[in-house]
Amino acid sequence: MKIIACIKQVPDSEAKVKAENGQVTWGDAPLVINPFDEYAVEGALQQKEANGGTVTALCIGPETAREALKHALAMGADEAILVSDPALNDIDSVGAARVLAAAINKIGGADMVMFGRQTLDNGAGVTPPQTARVLGWPMLGWVGQIKVDAGSVQVERVLEEGRQTVKANLPAVLSIVQSIGEPRYPSFMGIRKASKAAIPVWSVAELGVSVPAAVVTRVEISNPPTAETVCEIIAGETPEAIAETLADKILAEKVL
Amino acid sequence: MKTWVYIDHFKGEVQVASWEALGLGKSLGAVTAIVLGSGVDAVAKAAFEYGADEVIVVDDASLADYRAEPFASTFSALASSSTPDLILLPTTARTRELSAMCAVDLNSGVLTDVSALSVDGDKVTVTRPIYEGKVLEKTVCNAKPQFVTLRGRAFPKPAQEAGRTGAVTKAEAKADVKSSVEGYSATEAAVNIGDAAVIVSGGRGVSNNPSLGDEKAAAEKGFALLGELAGLLGGAVGASRAAVDGGFITYAHQVGQTGKVVAPDLYIACGISGAIQHLVGMRNAKLIVAINKDAEAPIFKQARFGVVGDLFAVVPALTVALRKRLGK
Ligand SMILES: Cc1cc2nc3c(=O)[nH]c(=O)nc-3n(C[C@H](O)[C@H](O)[C@H](O)COP(=O)(O)OP(=O)(O)OC[C@H]3O[C@@H](n4cnc5c(N)ncnc54)[C@H](O)[C@@H]3O)c2cc1C
Repeated sequence: MKIIACIKQVPDSEAKVKAENGQVTWGDAPLVINPFDEYAVEGALQQKEANGGTVTALCIGPETAREALKHALAMGADEAILVSDPALNDIDSVGAARVLAAAINKIGGADMVMFGRQTLDNGAGVTPPQTARVLGWPMLGWVGQIKVDAGSVQVERVLEEGRQTVKANLPAVLSIVQSIGEPRYPSFMGIRKASKAAIPVWSVAELGVSVPAAVVTRVEISNPPTAETVCEIIAGETPEAIAETLADKILAEKVL
Repeated sequence: MKTWVYIDHFKGEVQVASWEALGLGKSLGAVTAIVLGSGVDAVAKAAFEYGADEVIVVDDASLADYRAEPFASTFSALASSSTPDLILLPTTARTRELSAMCAVDLNSGVLTDVSALSVDGDKVTVTRPIYEGKVLEKTVCNAKPQFVTLRGRAFPKPAQEAGRTGAVTKAEAKADVKSSVEGYSATEAAVNIGDAAVIVSGGRGVSNNPSLGDEKAAAEKGFALLGELAGLLGGAVGASRAAVDGGFITYAHQVGQTGKVVAPDLYIACGISGAIQHLVGMRNAKLIVAINKDAEAPIFKQARFGVVGDLFAVVPALTVALRKRLGK
């Protein structure tokens, strides 16, 4: 079983991200593996344990993104590949999907490609289905449980309306959600292995694709208006007295 | 500008944000609603009542269960033969996938989770939150059709005009069978906290009442109290991740970074500390009320009104006080 986990590097969710001079900045906040993608790596490792095989972590990003790949290696991935090229700085999601598909083909394909549900930065959640579409493979989104059986995979999708069981032939693209289980911590051995691992870097030329022109482009960024909320603490002798005051306050806001 | 609106539904149950999309489309001119599924006459009928001028219906047994590929192939075929300029969709797990795939098929792009939109000629500029809402970006899609998925409750829902009808155009489904739905288990009544105007949300604190037995027993009672208040206000029950991880409530209720981003008119956070990963999911609520035992809990920094106290006492008292005032 050959599994590829696609990951991205993003600023930590505690980071004070803001728009500054037309750029998105986050000061010296650490860059981390996209938290949603940790579930993808976890799902990939679980499937390797259940069925044997290998897990390859794949990432498009700048040189610094090596650290995110090392995290995946430390969790237990067998190898990691970085696709890095200045020409990719302004690609949109369809472009990223085409580049990922080319990289997946260059790796020699896979039985399953796993993504996180979305990234913390763009948050669109469209790269997994777009990669599936470019590859022509079935897309199984929002997966919380996976069972592989002789050339096919059965998953449980965790949807708003309940849990849906879906079956597809392999190869397939999956996006993984939190119900897969808590991502494992890197082990001491894993961290040592990761620090020594050679991570090949592929350029666009090596993938044999041309850089897809971005159809979606950003024209402006701004900081959201900061509403200074001052919390009014409602006090009272008894919970009932507090509730009476709070009920009046809520109704006065005319939100009901 | 030729505008289409995709009506997203689950087995005939329409996502309210589909009507919001229809309202927005209508404000730009004539609008065509697209309905895909099996046995969806009622959905098409409702689309007219919410303002559609034309409805294109693909009613086919193969579309009974939503699956990405046949829906995307059917939709792409429709869009490539009728060439709309703009396609509006509500933002759901299904529509993110559907619009993403169609954008690949049609060599275009998709703008998701849009909170504002402006039109200049037939060029659309959207505003969407990125970095968990810490930054706003304005983006454009330089190809057609422009796929835009709208954030729930960011645009007003139009009034329903009973009996309003129009011309239905029937179209064919395209087979693209890559997966099969084997089963479906609704763990409970469908929860869509994204549509709710009021959310009463519970955290780990909901499991903290030793007088009720163990955590599980306390949480069951705690969430029942929250459910009563939510029910009174016609709202839904939300949860923090700690409550979901504790097994006290299902993932569909989770608000936050790895759950759902919501923007109700009223959000009542009960026994939730206010971790950043939770705040990013609810800080756009119009009015936030926090009930927490700990006066230092960060949730109070986000709330307009706060009560420092035990939710097991405050929540039922609030239900009583509001019921009295609402005359229910
Ligand atoms: C990658 C990642 C993603 C995450 N995604 C999410 C997400 O999507 N959503 C989310 O919510 N969290 C998320 N988290 C977790 C988040 O960091 C917090 O751990 C979580 O929100 C805490 O939940 P809580 O507030 O219910 O629990 P706690 O932090 O334990 O807070 C419980 C609160 O209840 C109060 N309390 C206890 N008993 C009572 C009582 N009887 N009455 C009143 N108050 C009481 C306490 O004072 C305390 O403030 C994520 C974390 C990570 C690392």
